[in-house]
Amino acid sequence: MEVAGEVLHSGSSQELHVLAVDDSYVDRKVIEKLLKTSSCKVTAVESGARALQFLGLDGGKGSLGFNGLKVNLIMTDYSMPGMTGYELLKKIKRSSAFREIPVVIMSSENILTRIDSCLEEGAEEFLVKPVKLSDVKRLTKDCVTRGETEGRDGRRVNKRKLEDDNHSSSSSTSSSPSTTASFGCGLATSELLSSPLHSSKRAKLRDRD
Amino acid sequence: MDVVNQLQRQFLDYSASLHREGFLDDQFTQLQKLQDENSPDFVVEVASLFFEDCEKLINNMARALEQQQGVDFKQVDASVHQLKGSSSSIGAMRVKNVCIAFRSFCEAQNREGCLRCLQQVTQEYSLLKNKLQTLFRLEQQILAAGGSVPTIE
Repeated sequence: MEVAGEVLHSGSSQELHVLAVDDSYVDRKVIEKLLKTSSCKVTAVESGARALQFLGLDGGKGSLGFNGLKVNLIMTDYSMPGMTGYELLKKIKRSSAFREIPVVIMSSENILTRIDSCLEEGAEEFLVKPVKLSDVKRLTKDCVTRGETEGRDGRRVNKRKLEDDNHSSSSSTSSSPSTTASFGCGLATSELLSSPLHSSKRAKLRDRD
Repeated sequence: MDVVNQLQRQFLDYSASLHREGFLDDQFTQLQKLQDENSPDFVVEVASLFFEDCEKLINNMARALEQQQGVDFKQVDASVHQLKGSSSSIGAMRVKNVCIAFRSFCEAQNREGCLRCLQQVTQEYSLLKNKLQTLFRLEQQILAAGGSVPTIE
């Protein structure tokens, strides 16, 4: 894992840090390569439990994970022993600290009810495996674009219904002074990269044959 | 550079035949395209992981199907599902197709059918392993002769 602040992409774009979760070693290796090719930093773990541990959601370190690098996107396999990707998704979306992080579900099975449940629970997208480079490039580009757009507006769009949120202003869930400082510059986009990608979900379903 | 050209042609022909015969599909080509200076052995590494996976999963399936007192088809299916996933990720089309049939037999709790599929999947995995080893050897020969491995399109 890389040290915070060590890598900054040239120009205005900043490297996204993606947390990939998959129990298959082969798939982990492939997704890691896809993400690195798309100029992302990657942390690949083998289970939902590990993912929660990394995020600090199991009561551990807190939102910065082991190495102080914030997670901007989570990509998880659906079918995993122990905790499924769906269960992981729910846990993340029910956490005030991490609900803003976009979660993408990957699955080898194109089951409509499964897709629906995931989208209902707040998944940004449901990708059918095998995942392609074009999928990853698009996803990560959306992530960055969204972050930059909201950077200019100076506000974050909270997609989860505000009516049932009591914590709105007090939770600076994805912003943390130490995080921005550790990137070595005052880039406001760092905190905003964790904002939801877009609201049209069904349209993003990609089919595989 | 005649040797290099010859080897390159051999490589391309062999590659084409593997695709034609259904051993590999487009996903394998995608992986080859991902290989670069940062990860010059990417494909070989993924292939190795895949073959390790195959061996482990095939053993699991065999053990589960051996149970005389009653086969746990859910367990067999779980292994087949995993194998189907990784074969799909690497582009091992024939292995993947056997897995698809295999899953149907698991669902139908058909032990005979499962055993046939197990035999087939073992065969396909062996075949593919040999063929990929040949392909990788060709790559090494090209590099050793000072050439570069042609990209497939």
